[in-house]
Amino acid sequence: MSADITAPSRPASGPAWLWHIGLVVFVALWWLVYRQLIPASEWITALIPVDRHSHTGEAFAFFFYDVPKVMLLLTLIVFAMGVVRSYFSPERTRALLAGKREGVGNVLAASLGVMTPFCSCSAVPLFIGLVSAGVPLGVTFSFLIAAPMVNEVALVLLFGLVGWQVAVTYAAFGLIIAIIAGWVIGKLHLEGWLQDWVRDIHSGATAPDAADDAPLTMVERYRLGIDAVREIFGRIWVWIILGIGMGALIHGYVPEDLMVRIMGAEAWWSVPAAVVIGIPMYTNAAGVIPIVEALLGKGAALGTVLAFMMSVIALSLPEMIILKQVLTLRLIVVFIGVVGTGILAIGNLFNLLF
Amino acid sequence: MEIKVLGPGCAKCKATADLITRVAGETGKAVQIEKIEDMRQIVGFGVMTTPAVVVGGKVVHRGSVPSHDQVLSWLN
Repeated sequence: MSADITAPSRPASGPAWLWHIGLVVFVALWWLVYRQLIPASEWITALIPVDRHSHTGEAFAFFFYDVPKVMLLLTLIVFAMGVVRSYFSPERTRALLAGKREGVGNVLAASLGVMTPFCSCSAVPLFIGLVSAGVPLGVTFSFLIAAPMVNEVALVLLFGLVGWQVAVTYAAFGLIIAIIAGWVIGKLHLEGWLQDWVRDIHSGATAPDAADDAPLTMVERYRLGIDAVREIFGRIWVWIILGIGMGALIHGYVPEDLMVRIMGAEAWWSVPAAVVIGIPMYTNAAGVIPIVEALLGKGAALGTVLAFMMSVIALSLPEMIILKQVLTLRLIVVFIGVVGTGILAIGNLFNLLF
Repeated sequence: MEIKVLGPGCAKCKATADLITRVAGETGKAVQIEKIEDMRQIVGFGVMTTPAVVVGGKVVHRGSVPSHDQVLSWLN
């Protein structure tokens, strides 16, 4: 048995230089295809016997342009993130965060939350791994809030469908919410509100340290990138098509003034309503962002729409149910309260500013 | 040989257990697979990402469904 533990011991397939060249060729091809998207989508839409400028025509054009565009963007960015993430691991993150003071720790934790490979089904062991290694509770929360909220799928979709300004804004404010909400939860000193068994681990010896990871080769990192693309597509392609289809319908059919009235900046209650509606809704970024884009196009206010999106992604009911194993109900309520308040503040700020 | 698969019953955890069963069948080795779904026990192994695999009391893999070759190397 080898000491090498997490490195996938797959058979070597071709020398490294072949992989590098393959990557360059792929990116070049990608760029060529990406540049042909608009003519190609217009050509496909023209094949359908409807008036291009009718509602139906608009909806089809939106669909045939946005679906391939999002798929292409996702392939490239998810691959790149898969490679970057191979330099990070939960174990390394834990080592970096252990013993960090609050403040600096919150900032570091939120940033690492974006970079560390994370799946919501590992939320509980990760949480305990961090807390038991002496990472302060508030810092752990900064990590747990940033990890799902600022993810590459959300950012790619915002970038591709809404624009880079909104994507950057979303990432910046997502991080700020994670940092501040974690800091506030830390200040409240709620360690006593963890479930009893988690407290016991906390006070006892730290978990045994798993062996260090062997360094990966570049080819192995590429493979991890490919795995990431395969996994994400397997999970979300239905959502993308449904979401964009839904967006296309809103695009073609929903009258503009209706959205301005319901979700415009003048309606003071629209941001709180967006947050509350977002909590029980469980979809991932892939499903919600095409709808967001269409709503924005119909005159919904940016702050309201961002608040809705953050609430859907960061405060989901299934995640609460998973976290219920380690947090008492009181702590979950505080968590929702603090994060919800942050989202509310940002939504209102945006509606005031823009 | 005793192999433990740690994970809270997610799809990947099931895939891991199934893969080990299959590879064990191919090699004809007598393997006892135990699925550990209780979070307290999982955490007790110091594992932060699931699914994880424990062979002979030692964590040999964590965070993903292992490859066929990896499973083979544990069995030998």
